[in-house]
Amino acid sequence: MIYREAGQFKTTYASDQAIFPVVQDRWVVAALLAAAAVVPTALASDYWLQAILIPFLIYALAALGLNILTGYAGQLSLGTGGFMAVGGYAAFKLTTAFPGVNILVVFLVAGLFAAAVGLAFGIPSLRIKGFYLAVATLAAQFFLIWLFNKVAWFANYAPSGTITAPPRTVFGIMVTGPQASAEARYLVALGVAMLFALLAKNLVRGRVGRSWMAIRDRDIAAEIIGVRPLRTKLLAFGISSFYCGVAGAEYVFLYLGSAETLAFDINLSFLVLFMVIIGGLGSILGSFLGAAFIVMVPIFLTNAPHIVGLSLPVALLKQIELMIFGGLILFFLIVEPHGLARLWQITKEKLRLWPFPH
Amino acid sequence: MLSVLHAVFVAPFADMAASPTFLAEVLIGGIAAGLMYSLVALGFVLIFKASGVFNFAQGVMVLFAALTLVGLIERGLPVVVALLATVAVMVALAFGIERVVLRPLVNQAPIILFMATIGLNFFLEGLGEMIWGANVKKLDIGIPDESVQVAGILINKLEMSAAATAAVLVAVLAVFFQRTRIGRALRAVADDHEAALSIGIPLKTIWVVVWAVAGLVAIATGVMWGAKSGVQFSLSLIALKALPVLILGGFTSVPGAIVGGLIIGTGEKLGEVYWGPLVGGAIENWFAYVLALVFLVFRPQGLFGERIIERV
Amino acid sequence: MKRNAWIAVVVALALAVGPLAGAVSAQGGSIFIPLLVYRTGPYAPSGIPIANGFVDYFNLINERDGGINGVKIAWEECETQYDTKQGVECYERLKAKNPVLVNPYSTGITYQLIPKAPVDKVVVFSMGYGMTAAADGRWFPWVFGFPTTYWSQASAVIRYIGAQEGGLDKLKGKKIAHIFHNSPYGKEANPTLEELARKYGFELTLLAVDHPGQEQKSTWLQVRRLNPDWIFMSGWGVMNQVGVKEAAAIGFKMDRFIGNWWSANDSDVVPAGDGAKGYKGATFHAPGTNFKVHADIVKHVYDKGKGAGKKEAMGEPLYNRGVVNAAFAAEAIRTAMGKFGNKALSGEEVRWGFENLNLTEQRLDQMGMKGFTHAVKVSCEDHEGNGPVLIQQWDGKKWNLVSDWVAPMRDVVRPKLEEAAIVEAKKLNYTMRDCSKEK
Repeated sequence: MIYREAGQFKTTYASDQAIFPVVQDRWVVAALLAAAAVVPTALASDYWLQAILIPFLIYALAALGLNILTGYAGQLSLGTGGFMAVGGYAAFKLTTAFPGVNILVVFLVAGLFAAAVGLAFGIPSLRIKGFYLAVATLAAQFFLIWLFNKVAWFANYAPSGTITAPPRTVFGIMVTGPQASAEARYLVALGVAMLFALLAKNLVRGRVGRSWMAIRDRDIAAEIIGVRPLRTKLLAFGISSFYCGVAGAEYVFLYLGSAETLAFDINLSFLVLFMVIIGGLGSILGSFLGAAFIVMVPIFLTNAPHIVGLSLPVALLKQIELMIFGGLILFFLIVEPHGLARLWQITKEKLRLWPFPH
Repeated sequence: MLSVLHAVFVAPFADMAASPTFLAEVLIGGIAAGLMYSLVALGFVLIFKASGVFNFAQGVMVLFAALTLVGLIERGLPVVVALLATVAVMVALAFGIERVVLRPLVNQAPIILFMATIGLNFFLEGLGEMIWGANVKKLDIGIPDESVQVAGILINKLEMSAAATAAVLVAVLAVFFQRTRIGRALRAVADDHEAALSIGIPLKTIWVVVWAVAGLVAIATGVMWGAKSGVQFSLSLIALKALPVLILGGFTSVPGAIVGGLIIGTGEKLGEVYWGPLVGGAIENWFAYVLALVFLVFRPQGLFGERIIERV
Repeated sequence: MKRNAWIAVVVALALAVGPLAGAVSAQGGSIFIPLLVYRTGPYAPSGIPIANGFVDYFNLINERDGGINGVKIAWEECETQYDTKQGVECYERLKAKNPVLVNPYSTGITYQLIPKAPVDKVVVFSMGYGMTAAADGRWFPWVFGFPTTYWSQASAVIRYIGAQEGGLDKLKGKKIAHIFHNSPYGKEANPTLEELARKYGFELTLLAVDHPGQEQKSTWLQVRRLNPDWIFMSGWGVMNQVGVKEAAAIGFKMDRFIGNWWSANDSDVVPAGDGAKGYKGATFHAPGTNFKVHADIVKHVYDKGKGAGKKEAMGEPLYNRGVVNAAFAAEAIRTAMGKFGNKALSGEEVRWGFENLNLTEQRLDQMGMKGFTHAVKVSCEDHEGNGPVLIQQWDGKKWNLVSDWVAPMRDVVRPKLEEAAIVEAKKLNYTMRDCSKEK
C-alpha cells in the first residue's frame, strides 16, 4: 500500500539507473543510515558497540570483499584471514613508522598492500577452479600467518609478538587505542563500511562488475565475447583483497585493539565465507545481512536464556547454541538457498503487491 | 648469496646422503603420516564422488564417531558391541542427513550444499560434546604404541597398523565401487544425477549408502587418530590436514587420496626436516598446501581427478 | 515454510533487542568476579578443571566463611571456548556488573584486556600466563602475573636440569631441546633459554610445532636425530597429548622430558597410557588433594552437593591451579579490605590489595595451603613475586612432586623483563610510575 511505485516516472537515464530507483527505498535507506549514525551513538551501551556493532561492520566489510571475489567473480577463496592479516600488520607497521599520517589514510594504504598480496596469490586462479581453488587459497592463508608469526619485524620486535593499535586521532578525536571511545570507533567503522559499500555497488553494476559476472557464469563464453580472464580475475582478487585488507586493519585498530596472528587464523576465513553464503552470493546487501546473522545469532543465543531468566551451565548452553546455530543455517538454506538477501528481495516483491496480491 | 643457495640446494641433499637410515626413517614417517591423511581424505572423496558435496562436516563426523565409540566403551560395553553400535549410529546419521539436509537441497549449487554441511558441522559439534563431554578420552585399540628397530630404522607399530588399515579400506572401497551393483550405481550417480535417475537408480538410497560408508570411514579414521592423541575435540581439526591431499589426488578419486597422501606426507616431512630449520621450522602446514598448489598448476583437477571438460 | 521463517526472524529481532534493557547490575553487597571459562571446544580438557577449581574455592569461601570478611563473592561464568573474540564479548557483557578483577585465562584475551584495564578500572590477574613484560608493575599498574612468569619458569627448569646433572657448570655441552607451540605463547621461553644457553654453554635447539599440533612426526624425527639430553616443552591443547605420546613412541627417556605448567595435567598424559610414566612437568603449586583446603572443599562444598565437578577429579594440577588462582584473588581482596574496610570494594581498591599482597607461610597455613603453594609478596615494582617452581612427575596414575622449590634466576630474568616492559608499555603510550610515591 505504502510501498508502491505507481506514479513515479523516470524521465532521465540517470534516475532510471539510480541505485534505489524507487522513492520509498531512498527514503528508507536514508533514514536507516541516519539512524545507524545517531541511534547507537546516543543509546547503545559499550557492550553493544564493542561486542556487536563494531565487529558487525568490520565483518561486513570483509564479507563485501569476499563477495566481490566469490559472489561476483565466482572465485572461491579461503584466504580471507590471511589477506586481513596483511592489512592489519601493514597498518600497524605504517602507523608506527609514520605516526603523523592520518589513520584513515593508513587503512587505505594497508588495503593496497593486501591488494598486492592478493594479486600474487590470485595468479593460480587462472588455471585452478572451484573447490580446488578454494583449497589452493588456503596456501596463502597458512603461509601468511606463518610468516607474520615467524618474522619478528612485523610486530616491531615486540617481546610478546603481538601488535597493538597505538592511539591515533581523526579530526582531533581519538579513534584508536584503549582511550578511544566506542562511539568514535563505531562511527569510523560505519563511515568506512558505507563508503565502501557504495563503491562496491557502483563497481558491480558497471562494466567491471559485468565482466566479473560473465566470468563467473561461464568463463569460456566470457572470453569469447571479449572479457579478458587474466585481467578480470586478477582485478577481482586485487579489489577483494583491498577490501579485506582495510577490514583487517580495522579489525586490529577499531575492534580488537591488539592481536596476535591467531586472531587471523583459518577460522576467520571460514567465518567470512559463511557470512557471504548465508547473506547471499553476489549481493551487497547480503554481505551485511550475512555478517549480522553470523555475529549476532550466537550472541543472541547465548544471552537468550538469561533474558527469560533461565540459568543453564555455560557448557551446556554453548553446546545447545552450536546445535541451534547449525540448525538455523540449515533452516535458512532450505527456506532460501540464495541467502538472506534473496529472502529480503522476495519480501519486497510481496510488499509491493500488499495488501492486494492479485 | 652463494651460501644461501648452498644451504637450500646442496646442504640438505648432502645431509640426506650422509645418513641414509635417517632418511629412511623420515620417508617411513612421511608415508605413515600421509596414509593417516589419506584416511581422512577418503571420507571427503566418497561423498564428493557420489553427491558432489564438499563435506565440511567430515572432520566432525570423525570426532563424533570416535566419541561415540569411546563413550560406549567407557559405559561398559564390550569393544565389539560398542563398535557395532557406533556403526549403527553412523548409519542412522546418514539416514538423518539424507532426509533433513540433502533431500530438501537437491539440485542446488555445490556451494550451497557446502554451506549446508557447515550447518551440519556446528550441529554435530554441539551434539557430540553435549552427549559425551569435552574431556580427553583414552582410546585403547590393543595395538601398543611402541617402536621396533628394523635394520637400524625405527618403526612405529601403531603407524604401521594405521597404514595397513588405510590400505585395506582402499582395497575394499575399490572393489565396492568397481565390482558391486551398488558401486556401479554410485558411479552412475556421480557422473550424472538426472541420467541415473532416469534409468531407475534410486538417488535417495544411493546417498544414504554413500554417507553411511563415509561414516564408517570416519570411524576408522577416528580410531586411528584417536589412538594417537586421545579422543578429543581437536580430532575435528584433522580435516585441514586432509585438504592438500584431497586437491593433490583429486576430489573424485579413491586411489588419488592414497597417492596424494603419500606425496603430501613424505613431501612435508622431507621439507620440514631438511629445509624447515633454514627458516625456523613449523613450515609443514603451508608447505603441504604449496606442494599441492604446484601440482595443481600442472593438473588443475588433481592427479587422478576427472578431467574437467569445458564447454560453452 | 516462508511464513514460518519470517515469524522466526521477527521473534529473533524482538528478543535480540532485549539485552539493551537487561544490562543492569544487581550486585548489592557482594564483590563480583567474572569467570571467563572454556568448558567446551578444543581446549576444554584444560579449561574444565581450572573453572571447577575456581568455582569450588569461591563456594568454599562463601559457604565456610560467609564470604571474604563477610562480603560474599558473586561470580558468573562466561564461555569463551578459548576464543579471543568470544572472550571480549564476555568481558564487555560482564563489565556491566562492575567486576573488580578478571582472570582472562587465555593469552589472546589477556592481551585484549590489558589496554582496557586502566580505562575500565578492572584488575587483570593473569596468573602464570599472559604478558610476561607486565610483571614490571611500574609500567603496568593494573596487570598482575604472580607468583611467577614463563621466563622465570624457563630459568628454574634449567636450574633443575643443572641440579640433576650435578651442577649448573655440568650443563656445558649438554643438548637441550625446546619444543614449543608456534605462537607468541610458545615462544615466550625462547629468549630466556637462549640467554642461559650462552651463559652455561649448553646447546639449545628450538623446535616449533605448528598449531594445533596433531601431527608432530617431523619434530620427533628431528629429536631422534638430535638425541638431546633434555627436552622442555611449551605445549597447549592436543599438542601436549601427541607430544607425550610421540616421545614415548621413539623411546625417549620420559624423566628427561619436562613440560611447562600448561603441558602437565592429567588430560595431557592419560591418552599415552603407560608410555607417559616418568614424564615431568613444572608447576607452582602441588598436585593432589592431601591438603586441608581440599578437605574443606569436600566438607563445605561437595558434601553439600555444590561441587562444580566430580569429586574424583579434584587434585588434578589444573584443578589445583584454579584453586590457587581463586585463593590469591581472595587474599588480594582481603588485603584491600584491611585498608578500605569490609565492604564491596572498587576496582582501584582491589588493585591496591593486589599490589600490597603479602601472602606469608603463616597465612597459607591458616588457609589450609601449607606446602600447597609458596609464599608470595607483591610490590609496586614487582608484579611477578619471583615465585619458585616445583617439578612434578607422572607415575602412571597421578602426579607426584619430585623436587623442592626451585628458585628462578632473577638476575637473568629481571633485566630482560624490564627491557621488555619498556617496549610493551611504549606501544600503549604508558609512562612509568614512580613507586616511591605509591602508598
